[in-house]
Amino acid sequence: MFTTFLFYALSTVLLAAAIGVITARNPVYAALFLILAFVASAVLWLLLEAEFLAIVLVLVYVGAVMVLFLFVVMMLDINVTTMREGFLRYAPVGAIVAGIIVLELAYVIWFRSDGLPVGAQLVPRDGAYSSTEELGKVLYTQYLYPFELAGMLLLLAIVAAILLTMRHRPGLKVQDVAEQVKVQRGDRVRMVQMKSESE
Amino acid sequence: MMVTLSHYLTLSALLFTISIAGIFLNRKNVIVLLMCVELLLLAVNFNFIAFSRYLDDPAGQVFVFFILTVAAAESAIGLAILVVLFRSRRSINVQELDVLKG
Repeated sequence: MFTTFLFYALSTVLLAAAIGVITARNPVYAALFLILAFVASAVLWLLLEAEFLAIVLVLVYVGAVMVLFLFVVMMLDINVTTMREGFLRYAPVGAIVAGIIVLELAYVIWFRSDGLPVGAQLVPRDGAYSSTEELGKVLYTQYLYPFELAGMLLLLAIVAAILLTMRHRPGLKVQDVAEQVKVQRGDRVRMVQMKSESE
Repeated sequence: MMVTLSHYLTLSALLFTISIAGIFLNRKNVIVLLMCVELLLLAVNFNFIAFSRYLDDPAGQVFVFFILTVAAAESAIGLAILVVLFRSRRSINVQELDVLKG
């Protein structure tokens, strides 16, 4: 019973935060609403006993991705009023598309869900069950190669993001490592022959 | 009354719809568009986790793991492109991005 109450309360928060994201006037508020949405969904994932993913959602999304969003929003000088132009003009189109998608999804969920346990009661798991352990067992055996590919993808994302945003300003005093490594003794030291001047 | 699978599916469908509407409403602001894409992926993740729990198969959570990875990479590169774009055009308005127009 308490679970049901939690589900409805958190769902309300999640949907309200989502509406806040798409209607907020200021992108900073949109980012903060998105953080609220992520936190609410993390708690909902805890209700579904996906503890590891709930923690990952909070750590990766709230901790890293949303901070990145906030930084970018603050770095860019955005003219909010021009950004809001056409907000009401496109609202009817958005509402029509959203209505069509609602109808399609409702049809799929309510009429085409034969064979799925859509009305099933959740059987509570015993205390010894650990979803993190189960996930790890599958992830490191059956999905090992996709897992390593995901690691490659993250490395690629790091390199791409750094390469894209790195800026070479002219006149900046930086060390050129290639020049430093290439240097020969003759470039630095000059040997001179001269007579001794002592007695 | 207990929470069933259809509750979660309905919640995820509503979230998906709100994000689609958001993409239409904020079609000028690239940052909010990226946020809406994040919300879309969150709705999909909800479906995966709910199915994984109710069908008792941990493979669904593996998919959520990969989706989170790809989404993090996507937003990092997307924001990097956005910063570069703002540096060269001084604007992130989608309608001004017509450099490739013939």
